[in-house]
Amino acid sequence: MILLRKPWIWSWAAAALTFALTIALTSGRGGSELAYAALSFGAFAAIVGLGQMLVITLGPGNVDLSIPATMTLSATLALKVMASEPGTAFLGLVIALAVGFGAGLANFALIFLLRLPPIIATLAASLIYQSLAIWSNRGLRIKPPEPLADFATGRFLGLPNVAWVGLTLAVAVWIILERSVWGRWLLATGQNMRAARLAGVPVERVRATTYVTVATFAGLAGYLLASFSGGAALNMGAEYLLMSIAVVVIGGSSIAGGDSNVPGVWGAALFMFLVVSMLNSYGAGAGVRNVLTGTIVIAIVIAASTRRLRP
Amino acid sequence: MTRLSRYRILLPVLSLAILLAATFWMQPRAMSYFGLNLLFNLAVPIALATIAQMMIIMVNDIDLSLGAFVSLVACVTATFLHDTPLLGLAILAALILTYAALGAMIHALDLPAIVVTLGMSFIWGGIALFILPSPGGASPGWLRSLMTIKPPMIPMAIVAAITIAALTHLLIMRSGIGTVLRGVGGNARSVARAGWPVIRLKALAYGLAGLFGVLAGMALVGLTTSADANIALRYTLLSIAGVILGGGEFIGGKVSPVGAVIGALTLTLAASFLSFLRLSPDWQIGAQGAILILVLTARLIFSRRGAEA
Repeated sequence: MILLRKPWIWSWAAAALTFALTIALTSGRGGSELAYAALSFGAFAAIVGLGQMLVITLGPGNVDLSIPATMTLSATLALKVMASEPGTAFLGLVIALAVGFGAGLANFALIFLLRLPPIIATLAASLIYQSLAIWSNRGLRIKPPEPLADFATGRFLGLPNVAWVGLTLAVAVWIILERSVWGRWLLATGQNMRAARLAGVPVERVRATTYVTVATFAGLAGYLLASFSGGAALNMGAEYLLMSIAVVVIGGSSIAGGDSNVPGVWGAALFMFLVVSMLNSYGAGAGVRNVLTGTIVIAIVIAASTRRLRP
Repeated sequence: MTRLSRYRILLPVLSLAILLAATFWMQPRAMSYFGLNLLFNLAVPIALATIAQMMIIMVNDIDLSLGAFVSLVACVTATFLHDTPLLGLAILAALILTYAALGAMIHALDLPAIVVTLGMSFIWGGIALFILPSPGGASPGWLRSLMTIKPPMIPMAIVAAITIAALTHLLIMRSGIGTVLRGVGGNARSVARAGWPVIRLKALAYGLAGLFGVLAGMALVGLTTSADANIALRYTLLSIAGVILGGGEFIGGKVSPVGAVIGALTLTLAASFLSFLRLSPDWQIGAQGAILILVLTARLIFSRRGAEA
């Protein structure tokens, strides 16, 4: 019963239900393949979702809309530097993370120095990152180095490597949030920024590290996604804008901030992939698929709110 | 307060004037009836969408589904409204009512608007794909002639922008109900204590947003003469940027309809200006972002001066 009170249980339950419904259609065949695919694709959503979760935890109005552009930019630059040469995977990773780090710093500079609302600051910045990506990419499709592509699509102990990365990151974020001073600072800032500041929390430093972290996560996700799918594309990040926000909310984190939920992000990431594959296997067209996805997202938000009202 | 509000409108006006002057300097031929019409033609649907977004921001929410909604309206306009006008009108009316119902639901259940509208964007987009799986349709004749009408002296786009700004200014800034609506964004609790049914006010604000969203979609089809399911997706971000450029704020019911229309005109003009600059197309999007940042920086300086004065 204690388990039922955990806010993250619902996203996992929903993921399990959609999994069961999909498998029911094939009467049990293809279950492990489906789980494997969900873990692979879910990993990218989970990585950006974890970052977005940290930002949303900062409190109302905090959200990073530049995630897709940061993903695209770091992926294109990393692949360009690697130029498909073997042995450059680590260099590429450093480049991708550095680009993410820089984007995060730039975002926060706009928010802090120009006092722009984060929505507008990250939106305007994302337009610039997008231009940089277009300019540096020039429509080329550079393949990732062979060993890196093998890693991104490979598996270890039966789980996809990208899922291992996503899981490690989730555990790290969970430990930092629950066990470190910085995590407590972040939650305090999200619950009441003024009170946190008066209590001596270095609020602006917490905000800065958070915006840098989300962008660095986006850089990592872009790097992995490009390696996974055989190259960077200019629209590769597009779906992760809505996705990153959706997994945070479905995962049971409070959109008002101050209350985050790491396991829920993974559950929601799996769920978002499984819904689409369930609707696909039931033969739904793109239109029906979108309508149902939207309905499910809203239904979950409503369910979460009635749970909140009934303490 | 009056002083501050005067400053608030001054900046959008100034940024538009500067951008317009720069455009004329680059391309003197734009300084004509035909040139102005060409520059601002596409601003009419964007201005309407920005007003729609403003209605939502006015009550402290944000609408991430507006682009998808305008696209859906465009699809309905180019198909049903063209083929079976009555059914088309009924669908559009139902869409507006859905928006009002969404507002009531978001208030009643205390839902995060950002997520609900995110979900709605999938739903609108899905229905639009259902109606028009591939680009097509046709604009109703009357709509086409309305959008391409050529009034004497002043081009249609300017007349439309002024009309939209004046009407919404009267509705939001001057009328009693508009003041109460802004009050919902300022302090919903005190509006409720004063005896107003906040749930109905929120429904009204969302319904108005739906109405202007519908008008935006219809205006767009009148200009483009056909539609597709993704035709207006960028309106979501454009409209948010337009409201903020026009001096609006995300919280507190501080919005300006005139500013929002000017913000939309500025954004439209920025795109044309950049193409006159012969900027490499790679940088066009980025330069729009830079202009956005630039104007908002100017606003920061302005608001500081305003606070000191």
